[in-house]
Parts: sequence; structure tokens; C-alpha cells
Amino acid sequence: MNVMMSSPKTLVDDVAASEPILDIRDVTLQYTAGHLSILATYKVSAQVFEADRFVLLGPSGCGKSSLLKSIGGFHKPSEGEIRLRGRKVTEPGPDRMMVFQEFDQLLPWKTVVQNVTFPLMESGKVRTRKEAEERARHYLEKVNLTKFADNYPHMLSGGMKQRVAIARGMAMEPDILLMDEPFAALDALTRVKMQDELLELWDDTHFTVLFVTHSIAEAIKIGNRILLLSPHPGQVKAELNGLCRADAAGPKGKALERDIHDMLFADKASEEIRHHG
Amino acid sequence: MADATATHLHNFRPEIRREPASAEAFGIVERRLTVWEQLYGSGPVRKAFILLVLAAIWEVYGRSVGNPLLFPTFGETASALVSGLASGDLLMRVWASLQVLLIGYAIGIAAAAALTVVAISTRLGEDVMVTLTAMFSPLPAIALLPLALIWFGLGASSLVFVLVHSVLWAVALNTFSGFQSTSRTLRMVGRNYGLKGWRFVSRILIPAALPSIVTGLKIGWAFAWRTLIAAEMVFGVSSGQGGLGWFIFQSKNMLDIPAVFAGLLSVILIGLFVEGVLFKLLEDRTVRRWAMQS
Repeated sequence: MNVMMSSPKTLVDDVAASEPILDIRDVTLQYTAGHLSILATYKVSAQVFEADRFVLLGPSGCGKSSLLKSIGGFHKPSEGEIRLRGRKVTEPGPDRMMVFQEFDQLLPWKTVVQNVTFPLMESGKVRTRKEAEERARHYLEKVNLTKFADNYPHMLSGGMKQRVAIARGMAMEPDILLMDEPFAALDALTRVKMQDELLELWDDTHFTVLFVTHSIAEAIKIGNRILLLSPHPGQVKAELNGLCRADAAGPKGKALERDIHDMLFADKASEEIRHHG
Repeated sequence: MADATATHLHNFRPEIRREPASAEAFGIVERRLTVWEQLYGSGPVRKAFILLVLAAIWEVYGRSVGNPLLFPTFGETASALVSGLASGDLLMRVWASLQVLLIGYAIGIAAAAALTVVAISTRLGEDVMVTLTAMFSPLPAIALLPLALIWFGLGASSLVFVLVHSVLWAVALNTFSGFQSTSRTLRMVGRNYGLKGWRFVSRILIPAALPSIVTGLKIGWAFAWRTLIAAEMVFGVSSGQGGLGWFIFQSKNMLDIPAVFAGLLSVILIGLFVEGVLFKLLEDRTVRRWAMQS
């Protein structure tokens, strides 16, 4: 079993036959704002398999972040259920490490390496401080931050902070890494670089990741499977296969981008026509 | 047509490509600051200078009054302070006051911690804390002294009681507001690690709220000093020979005004030491090092 897990999946049948790591079944999410109860998602279903780069894509207001937070265990579905490796998700836990959009997700009172070792020690994932330190430095090296390991977060740039958060998540070797628009607050040049680095990391270890974004281009670049959500409330519009990397950068990628764009904004366009016509 | 012309004209601008100027062109890129600039840049030096100026103004004004019974000079006060310290009398008084102060301060902080933990764990607890703070925070500690005398008698425990009252609310209020202003993301990060209950509070909330907690501790310390000196003056001898407040009161009765000033000066000096050295060390090692406070 261990050998299976560490080797990359090559056969499609193999993936289809295996159990999903994450099973989202008919999840309806509601939240209250003031005196209103707002429906964030309505009966969303999806399955994430081992080594998937699964992207949740949709415009703002489609409940993709709410869905991710409920997978993280922060938000109970009012209907449906979420299962991680067959166990029902009821509360937050380190088997689903999260990477947030905000730069303040690092603990400012801990150095970079301490930020990575802290969850390892606290969750009991690693027994000794030495082992935690070794593992932290190993993953910091993967994100090219060895030089900054003993700095405090306030000395790092936004992109570096996000890399620490990714290293922290990966060092825990969770069942699934949950990323909530991790590159959205970065400048365009850094964002492209970070996307490339994330893909390199994936090539290296084939971790399972659920990635939320509102950028169609980012979804096509990152994802091997893309779940399209329509807004108000979020409902599954489509679940598409991603492209291989060479195709994603070429004309096929552009075609898929147009395709997705049309799907997401079809309703809006027809609505506008109705209004103006 | 007009657009086309515009584009056409724009393209007439030549392109510019440059090499950065060589290092010699800048002259000096880095230089050491002069001694004066360094001195002015140092906080302790600036503050010491202010203290010197104040002492000089005091000395000049004291001499112009020319009456040590009304306003002794800085020199007279300093010599009273030195002789008081040398005889050991003043030192004993300071020690007596500090003992009571530290006990009251410690109990006050512990009570504040307990109250804040109650306040963050349930919504009702929060209401309890907010209501209690709103009720008792404006109540001067000295106003409780007569009651304390009836309940605890003429001893150190009465002083400790009023001290706890003066420390508790300030520290609790600041700590609680620090907990409340902890960012949502940091809270989620902590819970994502599986931290709950006391572990969540101690590992995430307390460090995250440290800037407010330190502010609360400083305010609590100042309140405690004021309360203690005032209470000791009303109170007289509580244990042994009494504290600094009683020393000031006694010296006034004996018309030893330089000693009164020396007592006040020692309150000020201890305050400066605690604020400028102890709290500064704490802040330098924690919040300032983590850039949570500039």
C-alpha cells in the first residue's frame, strides 16, 4: 500500500478503481449575515482522488471559498456530507492542511523554520524536535527558502510568505492540501513564478491538492480536473479534465479558456440580452 | 482616421535603452553617521538629556524660591535621597511597598487571566466580563479602602485588596480586546493544527494578543503604584514600619520637605526603571522583535 501511495499514478483505470480521498456529497452550505441566511452552495458533489490537482473555479459569490472552509472543517454543511478517506469531516484538523490567501497566516512570533516545525510538534505528527527540524528544513529547501529559515516572517516578501505556508502544509504530509486562492494577493510576475514552482513541487511528490481560484487561466495551468461553479448559490456547472502542460500553454489551452468563459458567463450574457432586448 | 494618425505620431518617439551609471558616479553610497547623529538617534540618550534638563530647571527654580520648606532644590532632594538610602530607612520603606505591590499585581493579573478565559470561552462569559468591567473600572480604588478596612482589617491584605481592584480591570480589558482583534486567519490556522481549549489560547491567542497584553500590564502597573502610595498615606503603618507612602506622610508631618521630595522622587525613579528597563526589555524581546509593534 505504501509503495502504491508514493509512486505516481500512471493508469487512468487505477485512479478510477481506487477510493476517492475526498468525497463531497450534495453539500449545501448556508451562512448568516446580519438578519439574513444566505445560501452559499446548493447540492455540490465532487470526488477528489489521490494525486489530483483539483481546482474549484468560479466567479466571486459562487461559494468556492465557503466550500473549501467546510472541507477544512470550519463550516458545517446544512445538508449533505464531506468524507475524507471515508471518515466524515466534523472539525478542523491537521490531516487537511490549509494555505490561505492572506499573508498574515504565518505566526509572527515564530521564525520561518519554527512556523513549519510548530504544527509538526503540536499535532504529534513528529515525535522529536530534531526530526521536526530536519523535515522542516527539507521542505524549506524545496521551496528555496533555506537562506531565510531563521528569519521572522515580517522580513519576508509576500511571495516568500506564501512559499513558507506551502512548505508548512506539505511538511505535514496531509491527506489533502487545501489552497484558498493562495496566489491571488501576489503581483502578476510573482504569481506566474509561484504557479510554476507549485507544479514542480507536484512533479516531485505528487501530493493531493484542492485549489480554489477565480482565474480561468490559473485553473487551466494548475488543474488536472476543474470543477466549475455557477454563482448565487454555487452549483456545479461542469467538471472538466485539465490539459497536459504543453497543451495548457498552447492553442488548446486558449480554446478551453474560451469554452470555460462562455460556460461561466453564458447566463449573464443571455440575461443582459433579455434586459436590453 | 484620427486614431491612426495618433498611433503613427507616437511611434516617432525614439526608444531609450540605458546602462546603469558606474559606481564612481554616485560618490559615497554608504557612510558612517557622525557621532552627533548617532547620539541623537539613540532613545536612551535623548531621554537622559530630557531628564537632565528637567533637573536643571528644578534646581534653578528651587534656588529662586529659596525656601526648602516650600520647594527644596534638586541638590537638596538628591542629598536627602542619598542619606535616606544610606541609612537604610528609605530602602526598607521602598522594599515594604514593593512587596505589597508585587503581591497585589500578581494576584490582579491572575484574576484578569481567569476572567478573560471565561470571557472568550462563552458568549455569556463575555457579557459577564464586559458588565463587570464597565461597573468597577471607573470606581477609584481608594474609595474601596474604608470597606477593605472593615473586611480585612488594618494589614497588608487590605492593601492587596485595593491593589487587585486597580490592576484587574485594566489588564482584563486590554487582554480581552487583544484576543478579540486577533486576525481570523491566525485563528483558523491554529484550529487547522487541531489546537483547542487552553492549548489554543496559550499557543495562538496569547502570543497574538501580546501587544495589547503588554499595554494592559503597563497600565495596571501604573494604577497599582498610584493606588498603593495613596492607600499607604491614608492607611499609615500596615506592616513593620510602613511603606513609601507612609514615609512621605511622616516626613511631611516632621516638616522634612526634602525627604518628602526624596520619597516622591523614588516613586518616579522606580517607575522610570520599570517602564524604561523592564518593560522595554520585554517588548524588545517579544513584540518589537516580531514587528507586531513598532
